[in-house]
Amino acid sequence: MLVPVEWINDYIDLKDVSTDEFCEKMIMSGSNLETCEYFCEEMENVVVGRIEKIEPHPDADKLVICRINVGNKETAGIGEDGLLQIVTGAPNVFEGAYVPVALHKSLVPGPLHGQPKQEGGVKITKGKLRGVESFGMLCSAGEMGFEDKVVPIAHRDGIWNLDPAVYDGIEEQLGKDFADVLALKQAVVDFEITPNRPDCLAMIGMAREAAATFGRSFAYPDTGIKDANGEGKSADYVSVEIRNTDACRRYVARIVTDVKVEQSPWWLQKRLMYAGMRPINNIVDITNFVMLEYGQPLHAFDIKEVHGGKIIVENAASGEKFTTLDESERTMDGDMLMIKDAERSIAIAGVMGGLNSEIEESTKTIIIESANFNGDSVRATSKKLGLRTEASSRFEKGIDPNLTEAAADRVCRLIEMIGAGKVCEGSVDVYPNPASAKVIDVRVDRINHVLGIDLSREEMVGMLEGLEIGVGGSGNIMTVTPPTVRQDLLEEEDYIEEVARMYGYDKLPVTLPKGNNEAGMPYEREVRDLCREALCGMGLNEIQTYSFVSPSGVDKIRIDEDSWERAFVRIINPLGEENSVMRTVLTPNMLEVLARNYSRNIEKVEAFEIGNTFMENPINLDKLPDEDYALCIGMYGKDEDFFSLKGVIVELLKVLGIKRTFFVSESEYGVYHPGRCARILVEASPEMKAAGEKYEELGIMGEIHPDVAENYGMDGVRIYCCELMFGAILRKANTEIVYTPLPKFPSTSRDIALLVDEDMEVGRIKKVIEEYGEPILESVELFDVYRGKQVEEGKKSVAFNIVYRDKEKTLTDEEVIEVHGGVLNALKEKLNAVLREM
Amino acid sequence: MQEQLNRIKEEAKAQLEKARTQAETEEIRVKLLGKKGELTQILRGMGKLSPEERKETGQMANKVRSEIEAMLSEKFEAAKKAAKEAQFKIERVDVTEPGKARKLGVKHPLTITMEEISKVFMNMGFSIVEGPEVETVFNNFDALNAGPNHPARDMTDTFYITEDVLLRTQTSPVQVRTLLKQDPPIKVISPGRCFRCDTPDATHSPMFHQIEGLVVDEGITMADLKGTLDSFAKQLFGPETKTKFRPHHFPFTEPSAEVDVSCFKCGGKGCRVCKGSGWIEILGCGMVHPNVLKVGGLDTEKYTGFAFGLGVERVAMLKYGVDDIRLFYENDMRFIEQFK
Repeated sequence: MLVPVEWINDYIDLKDVSTDEFCEKMIMSGSNLETCEYFCEEMENVVVGRIEKIEPHPDADKLVICRINVGNKETAGIGEDGLLQIVTGAPNVFEGAYVPVALHKSLVPGPLHGQPKQEGGVKITKGKLRGVESFGMLCSAGEMGFEDKVVPIAHRDGIWNLDPAVYDGIEEQLGKDFADVLALKQAVVDFEITPNRPDCLAMIGMAREAAATFGRSFAYPDTGIKDANGEGKSADYVSVEIRNTDACRRYVARIVTDVKVEQSPWWLQKRLMYAGMRPINNIVDITNFVMLEYGQPLHAFDIKEVHGGKIIVENAASGEKFTTLDESERTMDGDMLMIKDAERSIAIAGVMGGLNSEIEESTKTIIIESANFNGDSVRATSKKLGLRTEASSRFEKGIDPNLTEAAADRVCRLIEMIGAGKVCEGSVDVYPNPASAKVIDVRVDRINHVLGIDLSREEMVGMLEGLEIGVGGSGNIMTVTPPTVRQDLLEEEDYIEEVARMYGYDKLPVTLPKGNNEAGMPYEREVRDLCREALCGMGLNEIQTYSFVSPSGVDKIRIDEDSWERAFVRIINPLGEENSVMRTVLTPNMLEVLARNYSRNIEKVEAFEIGNTFMENPINLDKLPDEDYALCIGMYGKDEDFFSLKGVIVELLKVLGIKRTFFVSESEYGVYHPGRCARILVEASPEMKAAGEKYEELGIMGEIHPDVAENYGMDGVRIYCCELMFGAILRKANTEIVYTPLPKFPSTSRDIALLVDEDMEVGRIKKVIEEYGEPILESVELFDVYRGKQVEEGKKSVAFNIVYRDKEKTLTDEEVIEVHGGVLNALKEKLNAVLREM
Repeated sequence: MQEQLNRIKEEAKAQLEKARTQAETEEIRVKLLGKKGELTQILRGMGKLSPEERKETGQMANKVRSEIEAMLSEKFEAAKKAAKEAQFKIERVDVTEPGKARKLGVKHPLTITMEEISKVFMNMGFSIVEGPEVETVFNNFDALNAGPNHPARDMTDTFYITEDVLLRTQTSPVQVRTLLKQDPPIKVISPGRCFRCDTPDATHSPMFHQIEGLVVDEGITMADLKGTLDSFAKQLFGPETKTKFRPHHFPFTEPSAEVDVSCFKCGGKGCRVCKGSGWIEILGCGMVHPNVLKVGGLDTEKYTGFAFGLGVERVAMLKYGVDDIRLFYENDMRFIEQFK
């Protein structure tokens, strides 16, 4: 909401308040601001001039030489004829035109035509244009810092034409400072209006806030018609019937005759321009002015196009075609509220007028419509039509029906004031159910209790009355009556807020809650934090990626057609295909990150992500999807292989206290290299075992399939990934640490080397050793795998270190020999693993 | 014999003076005091002497022996020291050579920021609670007092899964979940991801993180809200930090406020970070609206509360001077590793 400070001063005298102070105090009383812009600050030595003579430029078709009267102003380049020579390419110059002239050594806010905006304005000096001397510049409104969208069409594409019909008395101002003559230097504050305060989308609303903030009185605008000299009364011209009183609470119509459609005077144009609207013509400008002033959208119909002198407010016929002011034909439905005359539709209520009843230059008599349309109805219509206007967005936010009459009167008063027409007496006002304020009781002690302060009733009453809230009752009870524009004041808490902001948030005391709490966090979160610490400790970096992904990710990682990874939770209105489904696995995002780093020549990456994954709830589609955390690790680069990743995973599982895990070869999962992939299993819980499940899966790991790597532009790069499911990890994690006493008795160690078939898994050998080494086996570790000399083709030699220990006593040689012999026997019998000479 | 002893002593002295190494010293020791050493021989030969001579010579021999031993031990010490010094000389390293890498991984800067913020609140007795990213419209809007036409509900603002299910636009639905599950006193924070239909650019991301806070108990006041957040700001940004509470509007709190902290870069004088104002907006907060407390079935006359929410990316960007929010989700290792 753009609020020119000058405009606010129409209603409340704040001339002694600096703009900074105004902004700061308004912020602290609840009117936050986006920006505060100072117009025409960077303007010096620009004066009013009159073009006396225009001559063609000898060497340029598009340039002309203007000789300009700048009064008695002394400046470089005044010729013997007392005129200043300036060369311009503007198309709209003519002899006798009054224009702003930037003299030699002047400053204009800019930007210059076709150039970018410059900090601190643009310096103008004399120069030569195609060989002809030019002692300054004729300026456009854009060059004075006005946005294109607020400049009147008449001089939008050229020099600012100071037409004496608009700029009263400009003839007397030759050579005078342009900014002073037009009073251009002023601040415009852009307030951020929150949705609960549509009343502040109006100058009066902001003035009311300013009055309460500064404790000053403010005056409403003049709405009194001095001389209703239009022929007859408004009711003689038009009748109004509301057929849908839910969607239209009130309709006020007034008649103005003898309309002269022309440009508005400068003071009116200026108000609109500074408030961000383009001046059009006097009638439109006045309706816009009053809309900005009151927040009440208004419309004017040409009465000769309102057939039968009848205004009927009712829903459209379903399928009805209607052409709006913007010349587009729209198809209406039966829920849309229309303004009709005796025969046809003439406007979409609260959204846009019809082309068929538009005001034209020839228009003589107009109907001023000031109506109150239901916000929900306007919103629905505007949304369905895809047509949002200043009026519709205001109605959507909610407008006080009690404003309509004053706004209509104000329009008529201004028409009268600038002589744009003759106002007829009276109005047609259809208001079947007048709105009244919601009167409630609020308690002084409750307000103090919630805010933690101790104000007296008198202090609170003073604050509320400053906001035009009537206060009755006595003692602890304040019976409050808000102004009807304040549609946000409904409950006690609304008044607590009013007192708080009028008292000043900065004055509220600073205390801490009295209760004592013990801080805690969910176990799941603790486990996630633990994983993060462990993985960072092992040198991996954490990444974070979007929860919504492209469905093509699972194609890129070669997931089977009917696999669970494709059971996506889909977004109805995604930003794009690439963010249209919730991720079911983290691996595609991880690969994308790896690929991005790879493409940026980062040689080695070790990364992980812990993040939510989502799956449609297959049992009940109406329920929220299943959300579960997953942990993904991804690495590539020198020294990375299957086992460096496995090492990380094994250590992580240790940190989590997950015991009895198994890595089982997997060759069917498309994401991974068929010979370098393992499922990570853990012994099932007793309950699951009872249900027949031996193992539970924690996740999968391996080297990424070369085709997948290629899909991510990492052809030939060996990438290692793993994805663990947090649900299973949580069920299995045991972060309780129980100390085991250090051994009291010595251990005995044996190294063995076994000759086995090439495809014999180390895990199987280990399992046999573990099984037969019981109960004195302490540990068994692989320390070498050898192929080559002295080992026949198709075989490999694997070497283990086995440690035996008895917790209760020192082992005797005989005991070790017996157990170890049993182990070797079993290895030979079960796995055909032959002991090699070491 | 006594002459002999004196000679041995003198010889020992002379030899030891020449000895340089431990080995040479040991050689001398063996020659004199070893099983076949000269002094040992003399002592052995004492049996032949008369008791008087034996006594006298014995005393002298012992004296010589202990003198030689003392000399030896002194020599040993010196030789050991010399040997060590020689060793040190050889083993000297160039301390300016680079260290052997032991790489520690780095947490994501958003994780670091969330942990830091969470820690401050946990120190003040707040517990962490969590909620899902895919939420019901009820929890995200209805229960939070957002009217049926609240603009945030628009499909242009919020991602929907179905008519009743959406990607939460704020962490505030966790307030609702907490109120439905727990009786006062409530003192929780909830960090998590949120989603809004913003096209990514330097300052917008369709996904971002928030930390929500909720305190509900008997006698909680707006002054308590101010105190809690003021203390938080001082703990996070330093004890000199000032806070400014400005009136604002949120559907689920009333009165509501936005909170600015004095710029931690310039201390409030005005700089690029605070755009010259000296203040930086970091969070929104307010007294929990009675309509929200009622969702949890609470007696709103008895219980009051406050809630707040802050954007994690915003804090991280300000704290670390990151000028493009997209960097957080690009995960360039050169970016991440700066947060070690």
